[in-house]
Amino acid sequence: MAGPPLLEIEDLRLGYATERGTLWAVDGVNLEVRRNEALTVLGESGCGKSSLARTLLRTLPRNARTPSGQIRLDGREVLGLPEERFRREVRWVRIALVMQAAMNALNPVVRVGEQVAEPLRVHQRMGRREAQRRAAAAFEEVGIATDFLRRYPHELSGGMRQRAVLAMALVTEPDLVILDEPTSALDVLTQASIMNVLKRIKAERGVSFILITHDIATSSELADRVALMYAGQVVETASAEAFFGDPAHPYSRLLMDSVPRLHQEQPPRAIPGRPPSLLEPPTGCRFADRCPKAYERCAEPPPEVAYDTRHRVRCWLHHPGGRR
Amino acid sequence: MSAPAATAASAPGSDSALLEVDGLYTHFELRQWGFLRTGTVRAVDGVSFTLDAGEATAVVGESGCGKSSLARTLLGLHRPTAGSLHFAGSELSSLGRADLKAYRAQVGYVQQDPYGALPPFMEVRRILAEPLIVHGIRRRAERWQRIQAALEEVGLAPATEIAGKFPHQLSGGQQQRVVIARALLLRPAMLIADEPVSMLDASVRVEILTLLHRVQQEHRLALLYITHDLSTVRHYVDRAMVMYGGRVVEQAPVDALLRHPQHPYTEALLSALGDPDAANAGRPRPVPGGEAPSLIHPPSGCRYHPRCPHAMAGRCELEPPPPDFRPRPEHRVACWLRE
Ligand SMILES: Nc1ncnc2c1ncn2[C@@H]1O[C@H](COP(=O)(O)OP(=O)(O)OP(=O)(O)O)[C@@H](O)[C@H]1O
Ligand SMILES: Nc1ncnc2c1ncn2[C@@H]1O[C@H](COP(=O)(O)OP(=O)(O)OP(=O)(O)O)[C@@H](O)[C@H]1O
Ligand code: SF4
Ligand SMILES: [Mg+2]
Ligand SMILES: [Mg+2]
Repeated sequence: MAGPPLLEIEDLRLGYATERGTLWAVDGVNLEVRRNEALTVLGESGCGKSSLARTLLRTLPRNARTPSGQIRLDGREVLGLPEERFRREVRWVRIALVMQAAMNALNPVVRVGEQVAEPLRVHQRMGRREAQRRAAAAFEEVGIATDFLRRYPHELSGGMRQRAVLAMALVTEPDLVILDEPTSALDVLTQASIMNVLKRIKAERGVSFILITHDIATSSELADRVALMYAGQVVETASAEAFFGDPAHPYSRLLMDSVPRLHQEQPPRAIPGRPPSLLEPPTGCRFADRCPKAYERCAEPPPEVAYDTRHRVRCWLHHPGGRR
Repeated sequence: MSAPAATAASAPGSDSALLEVDGLYTHFELRQWGFLRTGTVRAVDGVSFTLDAGEATAVVGESGCGKSSLARTLLGLHRPTAGSLHFAGSELSSLGRADLKAYRAQVGYVQQDPYGALPPFMEVRRILAEPLIVHGIRRRAERWQRIQAALEEVGLAPATEIAGKFPHQLSGGQQQRVVIARALLLRPAMLIADEPVSMLDASVRVEILTLLHRVQQEHRLALLYITHDLSTVRHYVDRAMVMYGGRVVEQAPVDALLRHPQHPYTEALLSALGDPDAANAGRPRPVPGGEAPSLIHPPSGCRYHPRCPHAMAGRCELEPPPPDFRPRPEHRVACWLRE
């Protein structure tokens, strides 16, 4: 029954060609997502979250280099698949992506119902009527009345537009839905109701999710597992219990201390300093210059250490023989 | 040609309030073809509060409830439809041009749109020089000295290096620091910060809030901090008021508001939030049904009644609750439950 995980990512690298050389936005990422599991990818602006998502779906900008590493879907390598087969067998069919700010990128002159049905028409060559019927079902699933199918994007509130793009991602019934910052532009009530929709869909449909966000509290609303990125690399992957309860990486700990909490006496603390440039990242641990625990060894790049089953940390402190 | 601040001693009503807002309405007429009236947006619809010198107040509410319209009315950017606005004792609508200019110098503004806030093709030096020139600081050396001091104050160092940059060469957090520096340049008595951190990363958010709090304390600024997120008010403000559908539904000292919310809408805002916890994923959050109310055709009676789990038929949909029930000494609440 166990079989391979739904998605396995191994040593994935993605670079952009720039005037000043190659910028490695994804630099040796290892991750896995199991069936009906939600992985949240956390990290500060510019750490490579969207680049990771776009590499998985091959929706990269022109100046992106060919990614290297492995992406396995049900144990089958798909990174090397020819584009035609990737389009037919993977994109939208197995994995759907709601891009960052997608709710503002809806076509203003096309009714939302048509747009939600579009993946079915384009990727599955479905007839108009059947596609509309499925779009209506997807609308109901995300909690929008079906008479909104005939409306135009500007007639919908921000929360409803976000639900519509979610419906678009679900309409082809993929196994994995990747959501890039789906709630960060919305107010807290709308955020909470969108997260409720995701929770319900996860329970009812058995889909897997990769939820990308910089908001730690939001990530805890869906996560079974958490991956924290820093400067193009994953620095900690853990179960939600371990990550929110007792994170291991010094960056994870500082990040948890930076969260404003409703009923906590001490004020949240910012993390001094800024992430390094990805054009010239430090040769050692990328977090070293902000890390209160850094020592000599951190001048060398730390390997990812298996801290526990399915809990990995990229930090010398957790290396066998490292300083705790 | 006296600045309004100079007449502070003659304030009517309360003697300590820097800002007194009484029954303020800001309505927008919607027109077709420029003249046909097709509706009225009641963006600010009867708001009263006071803000003391050196006091920080948060204005909280969901998207579209009128927070920015309130801010822009206080800044003199919208003319109020009705009501009065006293700043340091002077009624705003009675100010002549020169006094209005002096008033603008007294009120720093951090506008909501983080991308539109800084002109893209201007160096930071010029962005910061502009308000000084407008307000009559002619000597270049003095301007530079003030710019330098402002940049240092917001933690942008070295000033000479930052001053030569264009906005796109700065990170989101640095840009917001420049915006704050600009708001402080004329040494205002009051600062209005409209969603200053909602577009920023978690850790940068805390940096900027801490910075705002520090300058507010050091200069004894009156601060109006506008946000949709109640989790970012504690530690940074003294009081909070919650807006719903153009009106203030609850105001109280911030700790009392967070600990003992009295209005069902405040309760809803609080239960939509949670501290990070693995258990969050397993349970849906209670969220009131429905959408934010229309400000063109607002619900009758209490504007929250269509979404309120406690609405009392025959009461709440008929009569608007007055804004100042006092179920606890420090709270003022617009809800029939607290009559
Ligand atoms: N087309 C591109 N060409 C060159 N550099 C790029 C390109 N797209 C992104 N980058 C850079 O790659 C890095 C990672 O960007 P990415 O958008 O993946 O980050 P992110 O974690 O999604 O950030 P955010 O939270 O702001 O969305 C950044 O340094 C960014 O400036
Ligand atoms: N100049 C204007 N003319 C007409 N309507 C306006 C104008 N400015 C604002 N409105 C309307 O007034 C209402 C309140 O808007 P406002 O921007 O004050 O809300 P807000 O609470 O700041 O929302 P957000 O959290 O999204 O910033 C909205 O319905 C808006 O569309
Ligand atoms: S007045 Fe009535 S409807 Fe309004 S908040 Fe109170 S109980 Fe709810
Ligand atoms: Mg991104
Ligand atoms: Mg606003």
